[in-house]
Parts: sequence; structure tokens; C-alpha cells
Amino acid sequence: MADFDEALTAFAAEVGTDGPVCVRGGRTRWSLGGEASPGTREVQAPEGIVAFEPAEMTVRVRAGTPVAALHEELAADGQRTALPERAGGTVGGALMAGESSIARLGLGPVRDALLQARYVCADGRIASAGAGTVKNVSGFDLCRLLVGSLGTLGLVGEVLLRTFPVGEAERWVRLAGTDPGAVRSCYTAASVLWDGTDVLILLSGYAVDVDDDLSRLAALGNCEDVDGPPELPPHRWVCTPAEAAAFDARNGAAGPFVAEIGVGVVHASQPQPPRPVEPGVVELNRRFKERFDPPGRLNPGRDPLRKP
Amino acid sequence: MARTLAAATRRVLGSRRRGDRSAAVPATDDTDAALVADLVEAIGADRVRADAAARYLASRDASIYKEGNAGPVCYPGSTADVVACVEVAARHGRAVSPRGAGTGLAGGAAPLGQPVVLSMTRMDRLLEIDLDNGVAWVQPGMVNLDLSRALAPHGVHYAPDPSSQAACTIGGNVANNSGGPHCLAYGVTSAHVLAVEVVMSDASVVTLGDLTAEPPGYDLRGAFVGSEGMCGIATAVAVRLTRNPPAVRTMLLSFDDVSDAAATVSAIIAAGIVPAAIEMMDQRCVTAVEDFAQAGYPRDAAAVLLVEVDGPAGGVAIAGERVADIARRNQAISARTAADDDERARLWKGRKSAFGAVANVMPDYYLHDTVVPRTRLVEVLERIYEIVDRHDLIVLNVFHAGDGNLHPILAYDSRVPGTGERVQAAGREIIEMSLDMGGALTGEHGIGVEKREYMDRMFSAVDLDQQSRLRASFDPHCRMNPGKVLPSAHSCSDIGALRASDAAGVWG
Repeated sequence: MADFDEALTAFAAEVGTDGPVCVRGGRTRWSLGGEASPGTREVQAPEGIVAFEPAEMTVRVRAGTPVAALHEELAADGQRTALPERAGGTVGGALMAGESSIARLGLGPVRDALLQARYVCADGRIASAGAGTVKNVSGFDLCRLLVGSLGTLGLVGEVLLRTFPVGEAERWVRLAGTDPGAVRSCYTAASVLWDGTDVLILLSGYAVDVDDDLSRLAALGNCEDVDGPPELPPHRWVCTPAEAAAFDARNGAAGPFVAEIGVGVVHASQPQPPRPVEPGVVELNRRFKERFDPPGRLNPGRDPLRKP
Repeated sequence: MARTLAAATRRVLGSRRRGDRSAAVPATDDTDAALVADLVEAIGADRVRADAAARYLASRDASIYKEGNAGPVCYPGSTADVVACVEVAARHGRAVSPRGAGTGLAGGAAPLGQPVVLSMTRMDRLLEIDLDNGVAWVQPGMVNLDLSRALAPHGVHYAPDPSSQAACTIGGNVANNSGGPHCLAYGVTSAHVLAVEVVMSDASVVTLGDLTAEPPGYDLRGAFVGSEGMCGIATAVAVRLTRNPPAVRTMLLSFDDVSDAAATVSAIIAAGIVPAAIEMMDQRCVTAVEDFAQAGYPRDAAAVLLVEVDGPAGGVAIAGERVADIARRNQAISARTAADDDERARLWKGRKSAFGAVANVMPDYYLHDTVVPRTRLVEVLERIYEIVDRHDLIVLNVFHAGDGNLHPILAYDSRVPGTGERVQAAGREIIEMSLDMGGALTGEHGIGVEKREYMDRMFSAVDLDQQSRLRASFDPHCRMNPGKVLPSAHSCSDIGALRASDAAGVWG
């Protein structure tokens, strides 16, 4: 149990104890899971890095901090987090959206990034979930419950995140006209993107391993360096890895697309049709919302079940 | 309340030894006859036992907690059997406690209040290997090591590898969010479970999570993993398959001084190297292991580190060199690399047999499990030795140093009067010291009964209230494995689920 920092207590005071309230981050995923109900008061989470401990591979940061600013700070020590960088997107926003970065093969999902969360509960009090260490199984896992919850269970003010060393060498390459399955042999692939024709790959790791994978790719076809990931179509679909790898055949109607191979995310031109959810899961979601936010004041109008 | 648990534990420490079967299980209540008849009708006579021997076995796990009290024991063979048992138990107003192999060290599988116990060990099949999605569906009773063996022909494995992996089950791993040496790089169980089919307390069957990148709604399988059987009963688990690394290098680093070994751990992480595993053993542990398993560890070293790096061959060679370099700069007296798979297996055998080896040192032991920031290992170890010396006890340290997960083993002889009290006192000091260093109560063994009353030392009343909301969202009537994890003040409804006689035994 720690004394909470002033910025966090000020945030809790701003959230208060009643009335509908929503948190504004960078507004990059503002409509995810529904729009905030009309008349909902907007608040902002505090900003700033509290403590970066490179030797611990953790960083304590306030939720309103832009991910890009955080990563700039971490880069000085050759580290980063698994959170995706979107222009203006915040740490809290990335956690509450729960959407992984396109380098998920290398960095892992957002759900594994959060070690500790300090958040404002529906009754205005501050709760702490998780622990200040990289490993912990003390009690129920509220951290994972919070990731992807769109701020409907609690409003995150300060978090402890796991950091990773950035690969010694990082290269984006394009392999023209290849079956993305052929890239499986690359151990350093942190991202494999496929648009139905070409495969774009981010290789990340020790230079010697990246070079090895490059020669492996060169043997498969015409392999050339590119500056970075392609422009992604606007709609993010979530599916299984097998569905992503077969996306082309299954869904011509979605228009141009970029599939994240090995992950199960597809960036498409059309929105994803609603995914079927079993009634038991719907009921559990309802119960969680009811127990954690009895008055229904936290981000009303948003529902993680409606996320694509 | 903390005093009560301590008193209960003291009784155990003072009066019983491992393997002592003299403690009598109370005879099955007459009222259980109707319950047993209904269970037999529901799933068959060959799947229900209510005799004293079966109940005795189902009343314990591998912890020192010996106050568990099982009701009838069921051995379901299918999800439908589990549903039927939960229905019958509910009809009789009884709680349900699931158990796997009973290797848990925190009393999580010790049934409280004479619940219907579901032993999941007959549901032990590998249901499906789905390489396209990188998952396998397994039944909860499957043994961890059996799973990895079954996966081996496919070039993949299941990453979490607890020391008890030859006996512990996947269902138990899910309940405890189990770890293991290789969780340093790969993450604990929660990172490797994609979906769980669960029988809820109302006997409905729900699949939490799915095989997609981000299942819709709240991360319910995330909330379920590690819930110690209190949120429902897992009947099928989709586990992530991890590709076998192309190259592995296992190194044994020896040191004259424990502090040098601890400093090496911190320096490896600080250098941006994430080995697959960094395990540490101090001299007393090394000696015990050598006597027991002849793993080839140097007996004269004050401490050894077992470091494994894996990945593509080039990077493994570089990381291996860097690790050896860091060790030498921290006064390592030797750095040996396993020459082949045999030597590698022998080095790991030593580590994994450490707990068994303690039996040669003292007849009893208490294994602790706390976490500290990995940058503070040097001072933490000094504190542990100081605490143990002061209580005139023997400690063997063997632990997952890379993520700061301590496992001090207090070895003792319970026949010596007063020893139990000293073990208890030293254990409490180690736990409190770990928390004061910014650590956590448990890294992989769970809270169970053992650390229930320490929870409010780590969490505020608000925090615990939030945790109890998570549990109640799954199980509003607190019928699943009641009485665990949350301290009594935060689990009032659990007491209601327990029978009055046992509630007195646990909390009285």
C-alpha cells in the first residue's frame, strides 16, 4: 500500500463521487465500443512519467501521458512498452482500448503489459490492482480485467508497465508475391503484414539474427527494404490467426486490407460485422459492470462487447 | 484474524509431520447420505467416493495447512459430469471445491467447510492440437509435462514449467496462474491461456475468451486465471503453443559470494538481456542438490546461477557471451556452458529436484514464495539470512532470480520443541520484509489459505473490495472453493457457504 501521488488524488477529486463521467485521452479511439452518452462530463487523466527503472524493466507513468512521449523517454535507455503508438494516443487510452500494436508478434498483447493500476472507482475512491513487481499472483487479476474495459469499470490514473529492450537491429522489408505462411521460419519477425499480394515484415533482434532471417527471406523471392509499415485501412477487425491468414478468400467484400499474420487482426476498408457472443458471456459482462459501477456513471454509452 | 491462522498453523507445525496419517477425518455426516446418493445417481457410483480414505486424500494439498475437510469426492469424466455435480451440490446447499494433483503450496485446494470435492484428474485428455491458430485444447486434469511431451513432435511446447510439472495439472496451473523458471521470458500461465470452458456456480457452462486476438467484452479469461477455483471450474483450456527455440544455451555461473551472484542478476537485466531463465541457488541448496541428484554443481561455491538464453543461434551466442562477461565482472569463479542436451538436462534436474533434496537436510520444510524488485536482490538476501539467523533456523535459497521471485526454504525438525513458532515468526518477517521492499505476497504459489490474512498488508480495504467484486461477479453466492484468497472481513458471504462447524475451525 502506497501513498498516492498528488496528481492521482487530484484526478480522483475531479472524477468525484457522482454524475456520469468519461475520460478523454488523445481521442484516437473515441468511438470504440460506442459514443459517450450525451451530457457526460469529460475529465482528463494526469500526465507525466513518475519513475522509469530500466534495470527493473518497468515504468510508472500517469495515464494521460502520450504513448509516443513515453516511448521517447524509454528509447534513451533502449526500451519501449507493448502499447501501440497512435498520433496523440495516451497510455490510459491504449490500455482501455486494449488493442495491440502491429508489432504484437514481438511485443505481445497489451493485456500482458500492465503490472499495476491505480484507478478511481465508481464511488470516487482510489484502488490499486496488481503489484510493483514484474511477477505477482497475489489475489484476483484486476489488471487484466481493466485492460480493454474502455474505462467502464474504473478510471485509470497511474500505471506500472512492463518495458522491453528494443531490438539491436530493426528492419522493415517487403517480400513480393509470397504466401505469408512461408515467413514462419523467421524467428525475429515482430510483425508480418499481408495485403493479399505482398508480405511486409518487421525483423527485430540481434543484428546477426536479423541478417540470417534476411537471407532466408531473400531465398523466398524479391526482398527489398521499406521505410516502415504501410498505410493501414481504417477499420480494425479481430479474428483468429487462421482467419487472418485466409482473409482474402473469405472476404472479398471488405476491399483492400492488411492482415496481421500470426496474430488475428485485419485492417480493412469496411467495418467488421458484429461478432457473435454467447449469452453466458453477455450475462457475465453485465454482472461485472453492475458490480463495479452500480450507478452506471463510468463512461456511460460505451460497451466493450461492442468493440470490433 | 491473522493470529487465528498463525495459531492454526502453529498447531500443525508443532504436532504433525509430513506423512503422518494419524489425523482422523470426521465421519461423514448422516445428512451426507442423501447428498452422496444424489451424486451417485447423477454421475455413477464409480465416480463418487465418500469413504474416509478418499476424503482424507482430498482434504490436503502440498501445503503445511492440514485443516482441510472434504465432503464427498467426485471424479467427473466430462463437462456434463461437472455440471451434474455442481447442480447436486447447489440443491443440497453445499459448496464445491475443485482440485487437480494437489501439488499447491498455499492451501488453495484444501477444501473448507466440507464441500463436494471435484477431483479433475480423470479429465486428462489432450482434445485437439490446432497448429494454424497456435493452440491446443486440453482437459484440466492433464499433467503439465504430459502436455509438453505430447506437443514435442510438433516442434512446440507449453511454456509455463512449474517445478512440480511432472505431477501438477493444467487446471491447477490455471487456478494458480502458475509460473516456473522459464516464465522470465515467456510469462506466467495467464499469458498462455486463450480460452477456458468453465462450469459456473449456477451450473451453466460458459467459454471465457476465444482464439481471436482480442475476445469481445471484458477480459474474463484474464480475470478467471489465477482465481484459485473461486470463480468456477475449468473443464477445457485452450493453451498457447510456443515455438521451440532454434538454439538454447544453458550456463552455470559460480560465485564466492552470494551478493556477487545477486548483483550479476541485476546487471544482466540492466544490460537489456532477457534470458529464458535465471535461477539462483545458495551453497546450502547446492550441497543438498548434489547429495540428492548429482547435477554437477560446484559444492565450494557460495552461490550458483543457472542462466538459459534461447532464440536464434547467433543471438544466443552473443547473449551467452555477454552474460558470461557480466558474471566475470561480478567476480564469478567459473562460468560453464552445458556442452550438450544431456548436460543441460542434468543442470536442470538439479534445479528441479531442489525441494526433494531438502529432505536430506531436515525432516520438515516450509517453502516461501514472495517477490521483490529484482534490482534489490542483494539487500533482500542479506535480510533473509539475518532473519533466519536470528530465529536460529536453516534456510536454503533456490529461486527465480530473474524476476525477483524468492523461494527461501526454511528447513527444520518439528520434533524440536518451539521450532514451529520460530519457523512461523521467521516466515512472517520474510513476507513483511518483501512487502516493505516494494514486493508482492506471492509470485506463483497463490494466496490460498496460507497468505489470506496477509492480503490486507499488501492491499487496502478499497483494493480488496474491488477484488471481492470480481469474485462475486463470477460467483454471486460464493459457492466455489469458499474461504480462500480474501481475508475473512472481505468474504463474509463465504462464511455463509461454509458449514458452521468448520467455520469455527477455520476462523474461530
